[in-house]
Amino acid sequence: MKKTKHLFVSMLLMGMGLETAQADYTLNLVQGSTQLSHELYDLHMLILWICVFIGIAVFGTMFYSIFHHRKSKGHQAAQFHENTTVEIIWTIIPTLILVAMAIPATKAVIDLDHVQDSDMSIKVTGKQWYWEYEYLDSGLRFESHLDEASEKAHRVSSIDPRSVPNYLLNVDKPLVIPVKKKIRFLFTAGDVIHSWWVPDLGWKKDANPGFVNDAWTSVDKPGVYRGQCTELCGRDHGFMPIVVIAMEQDQYDAWVKSEIEKQAKGPDLDKHTRSDLLSKGESVYLRNCVACHQIDGKGISGWYPALRGSDKVTGDTSQLMGFIQAGTSKMPAFKKLKADELATLVTYLRNSPDLGNSVGDETQACQALSLDDLDDLYPDIDNAPQLCKEFGEVKPEKVVSEKKD
Amino acid sequence: MASVVAEHDDHHDHHDHGPEKGLLRWIITTNHKDIGTLYLLFALVMFFVGGTMALIIRSELFEPGLQFVDPQFFNSMTTMHALVMVFGAVMPAFVGLANWMIPMMIGAPDMALPRMNNMSFWMLVAGVLLLAATLFMEGGAPAGGWTLYPPLVLQTGKALPFAIFSVHMLGVSSIMGAINVIATIFNMRAPGMTLMKMPLFVWTWLITAFLLIAIMPVFAGAVTMLLTDRFFDTSFFNAAGGGDPVLYQHIFWFFGHPEVYVMILPTFGVASTIIPVFARKPLFGYVSMVYATAAIAFLSFIVWAHHMFTVGLPIAGELYFMYATMLIAIPTGVKVFNWTATMWKGAMTFETPMLFSIAFVVLFTMGGFTGLMMSVAPVDFQYHDTYFIVAHFHYTLVPASVFILMASGYYWLPKWTGNMYNEKIGRLHFWLSAVSVNILFFPQHFLGLAGMPRRIPDYAIQFADWNMVSSIGAFMYGFSQLLFVWIVIDTIKGGVGKATDEVWEDASKHGLEWTVPSPAPYHTFTTPPEIIPTEHL
Repeated sequence: MKKTKHLFVSMLLMGMGLETAQADYTLNLVQGSTQLSHELYDLHMLILWICVFIGIAVFGTMFYSIFHHRKSKGHQAAQFHENTTVEIIWTIIPTLILVAMAIPATKAVIDLDHVQDSDMSIKVTGKQWYWEYEYLDSGLRFESHLDEASEKAHRVSSIDPRSVPNYLLNVDKPLVIPVKKKIRFLFTAGDVIHSWWVPDLGWKKDANPGFVNDAWTSVDKPGVYRGQCTELCGRDHGFMPIVVIAMEQDQYDAWVKSEIEKQAKGPDLDKHTRSDLLSKGESVYLRNCVACHQIDGKGISGWYPALRGSDKVTGDTSQLMGFIQAGTSKMPAFKKLKADELATLVTYLRNSPDLGNSVGDETQACQALSLDDLDDLYPDIDNAPQLCKEFGEVKPEKVVSEKKD
Repeated sequence: MASVVAEHDDHHDHHDHGPEKGLLRWIITTNHKDIGTLYLLFALVMFFVGGTMALIIRSELFEPGLQFVDPQFFNSMTTMHALVMVFGAVMPAFVGLANWMIPMMIGAPDMALPRMNNMSFWMLVAGVLLLAATLFMEGGAPAGGWTLYPPLVLQTGKALPFAIFSVHMLGVSSIMGAINVIATIFNMRAPGMTLMKMPLFVWTWLITAFLLIAIMPVFAGAVTMLLTDRFFDTSFFNAAGGGDPVLYQHIFWFFGHPEVYVMILPTFGVASTIIPVFARKPLFGYVSMVYATAAIAFLSFIVWAHHMFTVGLPIAGELYFMYATMLIAIPTGVKVFNWTATMWKGAMTFETPMLFSIAFVVLFTMGGFTGLMMSVAPVDFQYHDTYFIVAHFHYTLVPASVFILMASGYYWLPKWTGNMYNEKIGRLHFWLSAVSVNILFFPQHFLGLAGMPRRIPDYAIQFADWNMVSSIGAFMYGFSQLLFVWIVIDTIKGGVGKATDEVWEDASKHGLEWTVPSPAPYHTFTTPPEIIPTEHL
């Protein structure tokens, strides 16, 4: 009721030509912050004004006629029809207007297409339902998911979306780019077609599975630019936003350095408390599992199996971990999860009241180490420390024998 | 069977048999008026089915957050709303008008192929019912959008083969209807009714029928490839097997772009029929209208990739499809100027059909403007797949095609039923529709420009206000259409009194249908009429 009132008040104010108190919506295209977006904005305004002008002329004539040439005013119908001169004029004039529009439009098409001479390249992969970014120069690579606050707010009806900052337009890990550098984007997709759109950059481009598209940008000023997937890509199409942060070159360089260090770091093998494991596990769940298995773990009947009360979840822990890492015909293999993420996830799956499971155990990161992890962490296996001694599940000897095969 | 034939032979002299008694009449009928009625009623029912789906969509979008439906079901609703409205409501409604009016306008006793006519209607019903049945299948109805793009559509559950078969049936039905229209117009015109004397509604339908015959097999081919990709391990659209998902989009839009003109060309025809009657003036440029329609139909085949500007076309493709698309503005402009010039210095009256027709000219032109904006490929990189396009094509479909279908209803109901409809309620229906349709669709331009993608069940907070306005408009528009149902029932029951044969002042100067009694007898023009000069000559 309050909202409805607010709405009508704002409509009334707008009718009087006043800015409303909550003027956070816009009516027109953004001007954006790249050379391309400015060029396209100007083109948009040019065509808009041409349309307004034609509209005034045509509708003006029509409404004059409607008001004056009516039978009730005693107007007698003229019987004229067919006039070659008039018909030629109203064919030629639109043609000239179209030619006038086509000239700047052609220039803009050529500018959009000019991806050559770039300073750096970023590969963007659309997946159901997140984006994956790979900096081809530095090798930095990460996933960008809808942020946790929005993820929860759209799935739990008791949370008011208006209380979430940047609801549905925020991500856990934004794409970071330097300003005033020509960046070439390469687009592809892992499953279905997606489309990457940040209005401030001035364009969108489809990400097609099996093919690579390109586009370019050069951002003028530092800032946070938000966008969304614009090609219907399945159930959570509305929930895979894009956030681009443009920063000065030196800040960007520092960011890349710290990210590469983070990426190189192995899993956190420290022992954590149970509540710590559960809360971290929830993050992993929201990022990787919730899209299919849902916030309550009930899945979607006919599509995705329930985790609530599932034998596979509450049964043997190591089997569950193997299942997650190997995937199934329908579920992708989550090899990308590090040991600490896998451990917290498994703890969460088996013990979260949100999912209705309460096995009453916990799994530490060291228990979730796969043989491959061990291999990566301690290539020289003889010097491996005694991991998770008290659990006794990881047997370095076995690794040695694997290596020999 | 033999005895029936024999009996028929015995009564060879009596051709004026009336309809069958009872319900069977409607199942086995081969009469163009009965089949026309069936098509129109079916379309009206489907208009409300599709409309209900639209209201589910608008309810969910009333406020940010997910309140009513699951995102997957939301996607099914957007998909089914489009398919039902296109294949179940608008196209059948125009086929219904064609059935009723084409024979009466060209002085023919019936359609050329009456049995096929019956078959194409019942095939349509079967196709639409099968499509509707997918809603109840495991995994839900198709949810990849009405364009059925792979690979997404291949993720559909059990419904996929049923939806594809339903598309095949709808296609066969449309092709049969189109063949019938062409055969009727080419063979059954009364002596003296030359092609360039035909009413524009007949002309636009003739051109539409050729479009349908050209495109429906293409669509059938595209969905068949989806079927084999899913079930027989082909890789037409699968990159891993050497295919290309974008190939589907090219094939689909080669069908899809002319398809949207299938829904608008007959609309042009009806508007060109109604406006001269109420302006009491001949249509300004009959010949240029015919050529403009043909030009639009031709252009519709060579502009398809303007639906795909952001898909990664080569620069030459972008430029070609941009220029070709911009050209459409010229013949479309000719049409709008023609309607305006027809009104100019007329003696206009504003009965409900005229009101809907004028609103059509104005609001269709608005849809044309946004179309022109989107034809410019570089700015389409901003507009594409946002609510801006949703606003655009709804302006060219709802206050254009649907308004003209309503206008046709009011214009010809007195001829069909013999009774006059209630003009007051008709005007009320018009004003409610015209106001609410703009509350519904105009704010969607703002939403699209501000950055709201289409086909999302939930949105960021800055889109909240205009979505709420749009949803309010949707409910106003949806419920005002119930007035039309009331008027149709009321008019069939007697309306406000008997209609004259001519119904509208001097209408018989404008078309042969106004020279027969009201209601039109079960069989008209069993002997060809003497062609009276119509006003445009």
